[in-house]
Amino acid sequence: MLVPKAGLKSFLNETGETFRFALRFFQQGFRPRYEVEEFVRQCFVIGYQSLPLVALTAFIIGLVLTMQLRPSMVNYGVEVQIPAMVGIAIVREIGPILTALIFAGKIGSSIGAELGSMKVTEQIDAMEVSGTNPFKYLVVTRTLAATMMLPILVILADAISLFGSYLAVNLYETLTFGLFFKKVFDNLAYIDVIPAFIKTFFFGFAVGIIGCYKGYHSKKGTEGVGLSANSSVVVSSVLIFIIDLIAVQIAELFQ
Amino acid sequence: MTEFVIKIEDLCKSFGDHHVLDHFDLSLIRGENLVVLGKSGSGKSVLIKCIIGLIEPDHGKIQVLGQDILTLDQTDLDHIRVKVAFLFQSNALYDSMTVRENLEFPLRRHSFQLSAEEVDDMVMEALQNVGLEHTVDMMPAELSGGMRKRIALARTLILKPEIILYDEPTTGLDPITSVEIITLINKIQEKYKTSSMIITHDMKCVKMVAQRIAMLIDGKCYAIGTYDELSTSTDEKISAFFD
Repeated sequence: MLVPKAGLKSFLNETGETFRFALRFFQQGFRPRYEVEEFVRQCFVIGYQSLPLVALTAFIIGLVLTMQLRPSMVNYGVEVQIPAMVGIAIVREIGPILTALIFAGKIGSSIGAELGSMKVTEQIDAMEVSGTNPFKYLVVTRTLAATMMLPILVILADAISLFGSYLAVNLYETLTFGLFFKKVFDNLAYIDVIPAFIKTFFFGFAVGIIGCYKGYHSKKGTEGVGLSANSSVVVSSVLIFIIDLIAVQIAELFQ
Repeated sequence: MTEFVIKIEDLCKSFGDHHVLDHFDLSLIRGENLVVLGKSGSGKSVLIKCIIGLIEPDHGKIQVLGQDILTLDQTDLDHIRVKVAFLFQSNALYDSMTVRENLEFPLRRHSFQLSAEEVDDMVMEALQNVGLEHTVDMMPAELSGGMRKRIALARTLILKPEIILYDEPTTGLDPITSVEIITLINKIQEKYKTSSMIITHDMKCVKMVAQRIAMLIDGKCYAIGTYDELSTSTDEKISAFFD
């Protein structure tokens, strides 16, 4: 029973260290000096440069979801409800979770690998000895940028996904753009939109802080860099699902 | 009167059961080039990382420019670090930045009042010191090992430090480039009157650069002296380095 015990101990240690790291973000992140220039640069790298991948995936998902949903809806004679159903599915769940998972794959791995590489080549130490706080410069800026950019990406992804759905509907019948979106929005309530939007901040924070934590504590040379990138994606993806589960339970309380 | 810029007293550092530094004492005099000589794994790098605050020692006192760095808060430690430059064995150049950005990085963070022209002049002056003005817009990956070392040296000089700590400055370089780096270290000391602590096991470097040599053996400062004094020592542990 030695191995499971050791594994459990290591898991608990890692969890504790991650929470301490996240706590340090709140302790240091909102005190001067503010790394505004680096934060803006990270917003560009994390947000703008993720847009093409997020947009493409969102468009395809909107298109495919509608095409696959249509036969069942036709069988029940409720194809007129497709915009409403797709709208709710995308805004409440598919848009946020899918964008967050793509974001974890692209940004989580990139932060983990970048910081991991900086760690093993002593660049983080070099920053520290030059009198710069590397935690603020590297971790706070990236985590904050990830937290702020993911909600924006999700809004864009939702819109693009719905546009994909609109095109899919028009492959089989004619429905105007205005009517499609009227049907979508008529069936959306604030309780669908607001919790879905709020949880994306937590998704973004999870991706940012886990990527930074894994990279910042990278060991074992180049092998460690690969491990950091990989575990950033795995851990942040699992966290996204856990946060989603909690968010759904909390949202249920208000319905 | 002798002025010490670094004073280390009774320094201890262990990793598990391995006592890397065991009641280690050493002082760096203003304006001198002091070499810390020891075999690989003897704790030389741990020593200078303790001095700059990258590793926390288990016990002892480290005074840098009159301040006990182990009792300083982060802000005061950062102020001291501006006056103490560190040349990493791996150079530690920021590989996502150009040479210019690497050199500008410490300047922009500590010299807010400088204009863009002044920053540019200081970058070019630092590059002239190491003879690499033409690399200003290149990425570190495009440079050779010796060039990277010289750029790293230029970066350490940019804030006009009072003390420079060199961690194995010639490791991994060919003999000709090693001599170039050693010559540069001497030139910098002469020009800026910096105090330098050089960690190495390269005897050519020791001979060319050292005004005093401290022997780090078994975690202690085993002996201190000039090259001539130590090279004629009959102590087996010391003579093993010079044979």
